[in-house]
Amino acid sequence: MGQDKRKSGFLLLLLFLVVLVIGINAGEVATVWEKAVSICLACIGIG
Amino acid sequence: MWSLRRWIQSAATVLSNPYVLFPFTRNLYQGKLKSVCAPGLNCYSCPAATGACPIGALQTIFANVRPSFKAGNFHIGLYVLGLLGITGSLVGRMPCAWLCPFGFLQELIHKIPSRKIEIPHWMIYIKYGFLALFVILLPLIVVDGFGYGTTWFCKYVCPAGTLEAGIPILILQPQLRELAGWLYVNKIAILALFLVLMVFIRRPFCRIVCPLGAIYSLFNKVSVFRMVHHPDKCVMCKECYNGCPMGVKFYEGANQLDCIRCLKCMQESCKFYAISYEIAGLPVQEKEGRKKAITADQV
Ligand code: SF4
Ligand code: SF4
Ligand code: SF4
Repeated sequence: MGQDKRKSGFLLLLLFLVVLVIGINAGEVATVWEKAVSICLACIGIG
Repeated sequence: MWSLRRWIQSAATVLSNPYVLFPFTRNLYQGKLKSVCAPGLNCYSCPAATGACPIGALQTIFANVRPSFKAGNFHIGLYVLGLLGITGSLVGRMPCAWLCPFGFLQELIHKIPSRKIEIPHWMIYIKYGFLALFVILLPLIVVDGFGYGTTWFCKYVCPAGTLEAGIPILILQPQLRELAGWLYVNKIAILALFLVLMVFIRRPFCRIVCPLGAIYSLFNKVSVFRMVHHPDKCVMCKECYNGCPMGVKFYEGANQLDCIRCLKCMQESCKFYAISYEIAGLPVQEKEGRKKAITADQV
C-alpha cells in the first residue's frame, strides 16, 4: 500500500507529461495563446 | 506579521499580473507568455495578466472541438490537461493556498471582523457539478449551426473574470460599455454575492464553485506531496479545523478534497505534532520544540 502510494504520484506525473507532449505536438499551445491575447467577451460579461 | 505564505501569495498575485503598460495600451498583454497557463484562477482577459487561465483555455478548446476536428487539428485540451495534471501529480491542490490570486483575495476579505458561518459539508461537492457541466459538457454539447460552443463558466458564472477583466476592461474601453446587458448584470451580481459571502464564510468560491480547485483536488490523495495525520498523537482538540482556511476537519483524515496544503494546521494550529507531510513517501516531520509544547493532559 505505502509502496503503491509512493509510486502513484510519479506514474501520474509521467502520464501527464506524455499528455502534455502530445498536446504541444498537436499545436495546442498556439490555440491557447490565440484565445488568451484577445479580450474574451464571455469573461467580461458582454457576450 | 505576515506569514511566509502571505508573502508568496502576494508575490504570485503580482507575478501573474505584471503587465503595467495596460493603462497606456488600453489592451491586453499579447506576448508569448500568454500561451502558458497560470497555476491559479487568473483571468486572461485581465489587462495586467501575462498568462492564460487554465479553465478559460479548457472551455475554449472544448467549445471549438468540432471545427477543430473538421480542420484536421484534433485539439482536445491535452496541453492544458497535461499542465494541470503535472501540477496535481506533484502537489495536489497546493497552488490554491500559495499561488492563486482569487484564493488570496478570499482569505483577505475573510479577515473582516464578523460572525463567521460554516457551510454544510455536502456543498463542497457542488464544484464538481460546475466542472462537469459548465466547463466540460455544456461547451462540448451546446453548439451553434457552425459547430461552435461557448465558454459557459466564463460567460454565466466566473466572478474572477468579472473582477479581473469585466470591470477593468469596461473602464479602459468605454465603447464596450454599450454592449453590457443582462449578462453583465448577472456576472456583477454573482461577484457581489461572493464578495459578501467571503466575509462570513471561509473561501466560499474555492469550496463550492471553483472548477480548477475541483480538478486539483482529485490529485490530493495520490500526489507526490502528501499530508500525514498521526492519530496516535492527535487529541481531537479540533484546533486544525478552527484555523483551517478551507474548513477541513484534518482530524478526520489527511488529504481530503478541500485541503489546499497551506500547512497552517501543521505549523500553527496543532500543538501535538499530529500533522506532518511526506514527499514521495519520505516523511518530513516538524521539529519538536518549535511550537510551545503542550501535552495532552493540559488540554
Ligand atoms: S472568466 Fe474565469 S474561467 Fe474564464 S478565463 Fe476568466 S478567470 Fe478563467
Ligand atoms: S479553488 Fe480556485 S479560486 Fe480557489 S484558490 Fe484554488 S484555483 Fe483559486
Ligand atoms: S487541513 Fe491544514 S494544510 Fe489543509 S487546508 Fe486546512 S489548514 Fe491547510
